[in-house]
Amino acid sequence: MTAAPRSDAWEKVTGRACYAVDAALPNMAHAAVVRSERAHARIVGIDRAEAEAAPGVIAVVTAEDLGDLGRRFGHIVPDHAILAEGKVRYFGEPVTVVVAETPHQAADAAELVWVDYDDLPALTDAATALASDVLIHEQSYVEPGQKFLDVAPAASTDNVAHRNELAWGDAEAALAAAATVVETTTTFPLVYGYAMETYNALADWQPGSLHVVSTAQHPLMVRRELARMFSLPLAAVRVEVPYIGGGYGSKSYTKLEPLAAAASWVAGRPVKVTTDVEAAMYTTRADGALVTVRTGFDSGGRIVARDIDIRFDTGAYADNSPLVLTKSINRSFGPYRMPNLRVRGVAAYTNTSPASSYRGFGAPQAALAGELNMDMAAEELGIDPVELRRRNLLAPGDTLIEGKRPLDADLVADLDAVAAALEQHAAEPTPGTLRGRAVAVTASDAGASPISTAQVRMHADGSVTLLVSSTEMGQGSRTALAQIAARELCVPIEAVAVGQSDTRFTPFEWTTGASRTTTVVGLAVQAACADLWDNLRDRAAESAGVPVDEVRVSDGLIHVPLAARGESGSGADTVSGLTPAEVIRQWFGADAGEVVGVGVVRRDGATAVLPPFWEIGAVGVEVSVDEATGEVTVEHLVTVGDVGYAVNPDLVKGQDLGAATQGLGIALWEEMVYDGEQLTNPNLVEYRVPRLRDAPRRVTSVLAERGDGAGPYGATGAGEGALNPVPAAVAAAVGRAVGIWPTELPLTPPRVWSLLQQAQQFLGGG
Amino acid sequence: MTGSQAPTSTVVRCHVNGRDVEMLVPVRLTVAELLRDRLGLTGTKVSCEMQVCGVCTVLVDGNPVSSCATLACDLDGTEVLTVEGLARGRDLHPVQEAFMSANALQCGFCTPGFIMMAVGLLDTHPDADQADIREWMDGNLCRCTGYEPIETAVTVAASGLAAATAEAGR
Repeated sequence: MTAAPRSDAWEKVTGRACYAVDAALPNMAHAAVVRSERAHARIVGIDRAEAEAAPGVIAVVTAEDLGDLGRRFGHIVPDHAILAEGKVRYFGEPVTVVVAETPHQAADAAELVWVDYDDLPALTDAATALASDVLIHEQSYVEPGQKFLDVAPAASTDNVAHRNELAWGDAEAALAAAATVVETTTTFPLVYGYAMETYNALADWQPGSLHVVSTAQHPLMVRRELARMFSLPLAAVRVEVPYIGGGYGSKSYTKLEPLAAAASWVAGRPVKVTTDVEAAMYTTRADGALVTVRTGFDSGGRIVARDIDIRFDTGAYADNSPLVLTKSINRSFGPYRMPNLRVRGVAAYTNTSPASSYRGFGAPQAALAGELNMDMAAEELGIDPVELRRRNLLAPGDTLIEGKRPLDADLVADLDAVAAALEQHAAEPTPGTLRGRAVAVTASDAGASPISTAQVRMHADGSVTLLVSSTEMGQGSRTALAQIAARELCVPIEAVAVGQSDTRFTPFEWTTGASRTTTVVGLAVQAACADLWDNLRDRAAESAGVPVDEVRVSDGLIHVPLAARGESGSGADTVSGLTPAEVIRQWFGADAGEVVGVGVVRRDGATAVLPPFWEIGAVGVEVSVDEATGEVTVEHLVTVGDVGYAVNPDLVKGQDLGAATQGLGIALWEEMVYDGEQLTNPNLVEYRVPRLRDAPRRVTSVLAERGDGAGPYGATGAGEGALNPVPAAVAAAVGRAVGIWPTELPLTPPRVWSLLQQAQQFLGGG
Repeated sequence: MTGSQAPTSTVVRCHVNGRDVEMLVPVRLTVAELLRDRLGLTGTKVSCEMQVCGVCTVLVDGNPVSSCATLACDLDGTEVLTVEGLARGRDLHPVQEAFMSANALQCGFCTPGFIMMAVGLLDTHPDADQADIREWMDGNLCRCTGYEPIETAVTVAASGLAAATAEAGR
């Protein structure tokens, strides 16, 4: 559309932007959380006398102080204790919260809480947990028939958080009959979706109401859980989300809000809970995954079947992992024609930090094995890897999964654009280095649930306040949605104000995730604008005393028959255009008033068929590998953003490069390392994320705008797509460079160096 | 328990964005806490708390400093500049302008730190080249942008300042 500048840029470069962590309330107290120093243990006793006597301490809160509050949360499986009760399930789990006048006093007193533990066997990886008789959760928290979207968690107490399957045809028979079968197993690390503003929440409980300001991506989901836990009507729970310093899915669903709210309930004061990076790593991470893909090909390199096993390491609490697993299954077999398929997935509870959503949502985990498998197959079949994909990719309009939306993208064209850009800048290795190139493609059922509402309030001067509950976490939703409203209402973008989400004032929104905002909320904004025009027409007709069907709207003006307005000298069909502002002022009879439009999206019309859109990832990388050190340099990164229509091209490119860079982090550096019970690298020195000088030496960012999406002007979403295939593409490129296919990420120098040694032995040994 | 004789607070006198500050502060108070909690200057953010992310960068006597890992009492007698002190009234600093025009921010949480680091660089090295820019900016993390727009913004600001200096020297 246009290169509209970000509406929040001035606030953000001057330090005036207010983030959740900056929020304060009168008489606010501060909390420090005492966290478990065991991975799995019974709590024998908590001695808090010394802490209670410490200076400034208002309350020391444990599970036994929570009275009749709901003790557990979890929107799919309500297994997550606010404060550990009876036992702890991972190192770093909140056990006690100390509320004091200042953060220092709270932190000092937290050191004086003594917890006695009786150790239980710690099951710190999925294989161990699934094989063990020791139970992490001894009871099931699932009510019969309980469901979240299409995820129906099973009542189980066998260390399984969720199990799911997807199958058609007869994969086993097709694989047995296939000309070639290629098998790939990969390990996707435990990663921390580091957002620079770490989780925080401020809560103020008062009789009959609860006010929370937090880093929540999904304020309406948090409201629902808090209302249940505090036995309050939805309207009595107010969740505000100002600017938040990065989300990337890691701030989806409920995190610290119940802890802050319970502390406020006990202390009788507004309470602020913050986390440092270590505590954030103990709050949520992404699911680690062991994935095995077996693909059968016919003699022409066409896929006849895929058989896929996905095993997640989901950590101590389910959080959103059952849904992530379900999506991972849907996203695992690639956007390829698939006559026969069987995918089985299991998410295992382990005694580690709880896993949940992170950008890509199961797709990167599955694509690592699935796309690397295509490269291995290309080698075995003697077919170029781009050509092998071309032969198998689905065409626009094809069905990926029966009953779901047909493919709304041209994957072959996207892949060709990636391949052409890689080819154009391909370079020979410099002495002492090896080079490798690879492409990867993914398609994700994105957009989440198509439930959204938007409200546009047009003021007496024709300017507009747009109310939505989308969270602005950097993606630029306030700018893009303002652009859509401005275009629909024929006003300059400067005339559209978009505020923060605040469940007391802004209308219902399902979530801010799954790259859905431009598409789904955009449709709600369009609908709200259409409703506003209808209401303006009604008022213009009423003011003029003519039937509404004689009033026309075009080019941002409301046309009313002149005769009806008492103006003479013209033919009956002559009309005169009124601005919306004139209509509003005329109807109210003053330079005052406003007209409101409301728009709703539900599973109907453009979003009747799920998913709202398929989010495409199409990337290529060229890497060089230092033969002496195993260090990998990304020479060229290519992303194709197949977004149907770019409402704001700069913002889309920003999403693509940002997402791809997080993918490079997973591919090359990021991994939470457990040694026994404890996370060994709970900080950003030892958990390394990409830095400026790690950035690719060349970036090619292409936008594919074919107007084929269900969103406004043919748009679909961006945000996750460019991450999803990156870990797989890097693994394949490094594999091609060194001559051995990697099976495990991240590809740190020691890992790549040992691949180089294996390759040498392999060559040396003939 | 700490000995009761140990001083737990001290008076610090400094200038913050040109404003006189004289305050009794606990010796453990960090510069970031002084700025954010005592002076209401919340533009300075905190993230890693171990001097690797750069988000809390402020200038102390012109030098970039991690405010999360510097004690407020050590500010005695210094000039402190934070992101709030850059603009002159409604006129933004050229580095702020460059971050806006290059679309060099998304969530914006890292932006004040990057801007202060860039100002610290360009104030002391007005002739900074690409290698200098990359070396200095490598001390700050950004999780949203992929860095390319940030490098562009600082480069644009550097060439703008160089041109302005040349103009002034003519």
